[in-house]
Amino acid sequence: MVTNAGQEILEKLWIDTVEGEDEFIELKKLGREGTINRLAKSEHVVISDNRVKLTPKGNREAKKVIRRHRLAERLLHDVLDVGVDDMESAACKFEHIISEDVEESICTLLGHPRECPHGKPIPPIRCCKEGKEIAEKIVTSLSKLRKGQGGKIVYILTKNHKNLQKLLAMGILPGVPVEVIQTYPSYVFQAGQTQIAVDKEIADDIFVRFV
Amino acid sequence: MKFPSAIGKRNTTPQSHGPAGEDIEGLQKIVIVGNPNVGKSLLFNRLTGIYVTVSNYPGTTVTVDKGRCKINGRDFGVIDLPGMYSLIPITEEERVAKLMLLEERPKTVLHVIDAKNLERMLPLTLQLIEAGLPVILVINMMDEAEELGISIDFNDLEGKLGIPVVPIIATAGKGIDQLIGKIDQYVPILDKFQTSYQKGIESSIKEIESFLKNSYPISKRSVSLLLLQEDEDMQRLVKQKEGKDYDQIDGILKKTSRKYGYPLNYIIKIRLQNEVRKITSSSLAAGPLKTAGFKERLSRVMINPITGIPILIAILYLGLYQFVGVLGAGKLVNLIEGTIFGEKINPVITKFVMSNVPYRPIQDLIVGEYGIITLGITYAVAIILPIVGTFFLVFSVIEDSGYLPRLSMLVDRVFKKIGLSGRAVIPMVLGLGCSTMATMVTRTQETKRERVISTLLLALAVPCSAQLGVIFAILAGHPLALFIWFVVVLLNFILIGFLAARILSGEKPSFYMELPPLRLPKISNVLIKTYSRMVWYFKEVFPIFIVVSVLIWISQLTGVLRVITNGLEPVVNLIGLPDETARVFLFGFFRRDYGAAGLYSMQNSLTGMQLTVAAVILTLFVPCIAQFMMMIKERGIKTAVLIFAFVLFFAFGVGFVLNQALVALGLQL
Repeated sequence: MVTNAGQEILEKLWIDTVEGEDEFIELKKLGREGTINRLAKSEHVVISDNRVKLTPKGNREAKKVIRRHRLAERLLHDVLDVGVDDMESAACKFEHIISEDVEESICTLLGHPRECPHGKPIPPIRCCKEGKEIAEKIVTSLSKLRKGQGGKIVYILTKNHKNLQKLLAMGILPGVPVEVIQTYPSYVFQAGQTQIAVDKEIADDIFVRFV
Repeated sequence: MKFPSAIGKRNTTPQSHGPAGEDIEGLQKIVIVGNPNVGKSLLFNRLTGIYVTVSNYPGTTVTVDKGRCKINGRDFGVIDLPGMYSLIPITEEERVAKLMLLEERPKTVLHVIDAKNLERMLPLTLQLIEAGLPVILVINMMDEAEELGISIDFNDLEGKLGIPVVPIIATAGKGIDQLIGKIDQYVPILDKFQTSYQKGIESSIKEIESFLKNSYPISKRSVSLLLLQEDEDMQRLVKQKEGKDYDQIDGILKKTSRKYGYPLNYIIKIRLQNEVRKITSSSLAAGPLKTAGFKERLSRVMINPITGIPILIAILYLGLYQFVGVLGAGKLVNLIEGTIFGEKINPVITKFVMSNVPYRPIQDLIVGEYGIITLGITYAVAIILPIVGTFFLVFSVIEDSGYLPRLSMLVDRVFKKIGLSGRAVIPMVLGLGCSTMATMVTRTQETKRERVISTLLLALAVPCSAQLGVIFAILAGHPLALFIWFVVVLLNFILIGFLAARILSGEKPSFYMELPPLRLPKISNVLIKTYSRMVWYFKEVFPIFIVVSVLIWISQLTGVLRVITNGLEPVVNLIGLPDETARVFLFGFFRRDYGAAGLYSMQNSLTGMQLTVAAVILTLFVPCIAQFMMMIKERGIKTAVLIFAFVLFFAFGVGFVLNQALVALGLQL
């Protein structure tokens, strides 16, 4: 079992040596010598000439942490609409507490995203490969749907109180089936028996799950 | 749309204006509530026999209508409220509706809903029941629902809700008798449906209720729920009634809202909707969604910008230019003014007055250059009436068809640039008919910023139908001049809107709107609507025309007219116009259309270029006196005066620049 501090180190090594150009990181640059020694003992890293490298075992573990971190970012960013600054620090905590099952659920919910909100790749695992035929995200904002696409509303972003109130008033609520009729110059969608036109800002707040 | 009869009087209570403003003091009240565009006004009309303009457009009732109806020999007062979506208001009119609902202590509340959207509208029914109001659920548009294959089990619904349920078709008058019967025999049913909320919310309701010691117009449970949903009016009322105890209530509210991650109105609304789904699961059978019909296909073509913009241009060309401009302002005016008044009526009256009234000033008052008959009545009846009449006819057809919400959707993006949302299309298009009426309708907009910007644009760059008609008629022989006029006015509209949006701070507008199904306009509906608008307009215009004639007569007699026009002459000369146009602009203030009509009568003495400049200035120039009064009433005196002063200088500024530019270009117009 790798500690949180250990996972942090593995993440750093992954970013610099797997995604980056470096072959290793200098031991003193990483600091936390005790943690690194423990990682070396559990065969996640090797240390030679004060240079630290990932082992294949460490590589696998690092990949998982990275994946959880970036999935968490996606979740916070897309679904919970957390700002970029808060997202980063929250994702750092999230990555340590998400179990594999939860991770898989999040990945499926988000439609197996391939990149984090910063545009870096999210390492795919089995669930992603199996789910690959789903080209679109399972949950997405109405503004990202194309003409003819639709599903059920799963949630509405509640940060903008006024917009929320309007949507509630018109009966745009979780559980209502929607289908996009037009996306430009404004969004027009069918919700039950009613057609509703909204601007992009409001369409951004409505999240839909494909049926 | 409702037309206040007493423009200029500042009414603090919304119920005191409107033609349907019968005195219903002391009578038991029947209050009509419901979402926008569900047929409330039509039901009001069926119950009272009073005509209120009914249209296929959400939010046309901007004032509160009152009327009487007789049931079983007894008189009742009927109140038609503006559309409301829930007890938590978003717009000012919704707030008016809610406050009246809470204050009136009605005998019966008729909650009108659209049968096609039963599920979406029942949450408000549950809220009304919760408030302890004597509700009858009126399910309207049964014909449209049946067409869609929707069937509703009314007995089942009645049993579940514990209130009377009456299906009607208001357009055909079906079900009205049954409804009247139910109002007559209305007995409060004891075991009405009660929505149960999450445990945490329920316990907060109990806690709050225990602090509500005074009496309220609605149930304490409902008061508590409104407080939990942060309803400001209720907060104010409770604060005022409970005094110190409010702090404790506030504590409960804060505690409860902390308990839930989402806003409480979200949680409560979702709960209400779930309850509705449970209720309708056994009483509602929906047919398959029909999206392939002709009307739907037409609607899609209208909202698609590629096909929608040509359609818009075609509507403007045919409706506005051909019908209002060529037919109304051209042919009809020629007939009525030229033939009927010019050759028949006026010469006879003039002759009669000249030979029977010895005193010269009195002759002038009646048949002189600015005489009541030769100027006031002739202008009102012969020039303005045909133009405004044809406009209202076109507008009623467009309005009834359901095109306007689609137009709103189409222009929203452009309107955002000028600080407005697509919703502002209604006042703007209506402004092409009568800017005074349109200024009143600006109150349906959501934010103060939008209301100010649209009031400004209406005062500045939206010509009313009388101006439009006359301008079309004057410039008809000068296509290039007409084009320049159009471009200059449009550019001013966009430029000033754009600048106003930059300068005025405030909330950014947002756009949301239901697109009601397209309907084939009903001839009777269109005619009645046109008629009632013309009646409003005529009541509005006619006295002013007479008063203006008299005022001009007095100022001419005393020499004041000379002084003012002398003062204006250098200004109009500066922009290349002859002296006489000073008078036209001066009259333009009394009524925009009056000024336009003045310009019409002197068209032959002006060059194409002068006509163009004059037409532009007259379009931009200050709002007429009626519109100015309406601006004061709707926006307050400070804003109104500021807009007035700005428009005055700006219009002549633009005229000056335009004249210089045209001279420099040496265009032959």
